[in-house]
Amino acid sequence: MELTSEEVRHIASLARLGLTDEEVETLQAQLGDILGHVNQLNELDTGNIPPTAMVIAVQDVVAEDEPRPSFPVDVMLANAPERKGNYFRTKAVLGYET
Amino acid sequence: MSYEPVIGLEVHAQLQTRSKMFCRCSTQYAGAEPNTHICPICAGFPGVLPVVNRRAVELATRVGLALNCEISPSSRFDRKHYPYPDLPKGYQTSQYDLPLALRGHVTLGDNGQQRRIGIVRVHMEEDTGRLLHRSSPSGEVYSLVDLNRSGVPLLEIVSEPDIRSAVEAREYVTKLRQVLRYIEASTGNMEEGALRCDANVSVRPVGQAEYGAKVEIKNLNSTRAIERAIEYEIRRQIEALESGDGVRQETRGWDDAAGVTLGQRGKEYASDYRYFPEPDLPPLTMSESRRGEIHRGLAELPDARRERFVALYGLTPQDAADLTLTRETADYYEAVVAELREAAPARLAANWVRGPLFGLVNRDNLAITDARVSPKLLAELLRMLHDGEVNATAAREMLEETYRTGRSPREVAVERGLMQVSDASALGPVVRAVLERNPKAVADFRKGKQQVVGFLIGQVMRETKGTASQDTARTLLLEELSGSQAGAP
Ligand SMILES: [Zn+2]
Repeated sequence: MELTSEEVRHIASLARLGLTDEEVETLQAQLGDILGHVNQLNELDTGNIPPTAMVIAVQDVVAEDEPRPSFPVDVMLANAPERKGNYFRTKAVLGYET
Repeated sequence: MSYEPVIGLEVHAQLQTRSKMFCRCSTQYAGAEPNTHICPICAGFPGVLPVVNRRAVELATRVGLALNCEISPSSRFDRKHYPYPDLPKGYQTSQYDLPLALRGHVTLGDNGQQRRIGIVRVHMEEDTGRLLHRSSPSGEVYSLVDLNRSGVPLLEIVSEPDIRSAVEAREYVTKLRQVLRYIEASTGNMEEGALRCDANVSVRPVGQAEYGAKVEIKNLNSTRAIERAIEYEIRRQIEALESGDGVRQETRGWDDAAGVTLGQRGKEYASDYRYFPEPDLPPLTMSESRRGEIHRGLAELPDARRERFVALYGLTPQDAADLTLTRETADYYEAVVAELREAAPARLAANWVRGPLFGLVNRDNLAITDARVSPKLLAELLRMLHDGEVNATAAREMLEETYRTGRSPREVAVERGLMQVSDASALGPVVRAVLERNPKAVADFRKGKQQVVGFLIGQVMRETKGTASQDTARTLLLEELSGSQAGAP
């Protein structure tokens, strides 16, 4: 399975990764191999098997709408690379507002 | 050339649950310190186990049913990937190809002129956190992240491109909000962000079947903004077509202060969400019996209630529409009617609720449920009015006093001397005094000028500050006039 270098750069940009030309080349081969491996599975005849999104047979796992205490803010922020007051602080990402 | 706008709306509504969609953090974070309502699940830490909120599914199903949708027997969550710091996991847990509800509609207008707007789908997802963009004294731009809102149950309601004008778009959102409130699925409060709207707008020459290039407008935070932004965008697109520039498919943001839509940069990959089934959440099923149970628990919807008010209480369609605008108002009105026990017409109650009472609560920006005039007190007042114990002017004065103080209207009427006097022995002396003071009118009457009776009744009313019964006053006046005539030489 061949991936173009444009496709690799596009995937990298979706993940906000900057790649050197050498890395693009390396990943082009590696991602191609992975796709090739997955494509082998497509050779199986699955005509009689219903599609599934879940490999274990569970469904309808729900919880009652009863609030429970949240975590202390200092615990939640303990591993934050940067904080300011009670906020996580991060580099601004502009132009991708939702 | 004349153009036709084609508009579809995506509405996001927060569901009114007590806890979040996939964790049990409280949704009551309004006014709280940032990041005090979060846990490893809604903060997107690795290795956690989200669990679906049962109530959220029930409320979402209610919405699907209220919008005449088919409820899917089986639905599923997917991961929608995009990198933005308001989304701590790097993906939003949403529903993609197996949403909860499909193919419904909303009806706009009333019996006179109805328009049906199709609903493509209703699906469940989670709200994002909030970002504050800041810059440091050295000019570095950074963002502060508050995840209190992250994981709040959110519903996305996608309409068909059936909307044909900015006004209709506003009507659609207003209607949707009314339904959401009726069935207590969402507060629908746009100022607080509980209801948000994106619009897809294109224009095409009238008669053309294909759609024009579609522009998505973000950031529509009020019904007024929806109407203004779409109005603006339609005009902008028509001008772009006529000038030969053409319309580019893009995402634009609405700048409310400037009253314009502006192109947003960096959206070229926005559709590349790489959805895949959420492995942490098993599918949801909806049995016929569970669906029926939720359907039976659904409150009467505004359209049905409006039609019932016309049929049952004999109201005009406009009165019925006004009284069913919110569930609270409709409940209030029906409580008044129940308290009246048919001692006064339901139409009289309608006039007084949507006239003088609405006037007072709107003036003070109060909810009708907060008014001190309880349905019972209003019914007491209406009964007195209908029985002729007080006249309409007095009833208004009583209403204002009861509204202000919550006191019984009867008490107010007695204390202020507003009760109608229809007792002949009480009115007799007043009538005789009026005749004595108006000899000219009496003489005119004897010459055959019947009209002076009206004038004399007016005098009696003035004398009694409007509390005299007009019927009694008339009878007594005619008796006195004919009596004195007979006695004349
Ligand atoms: Zn949480």
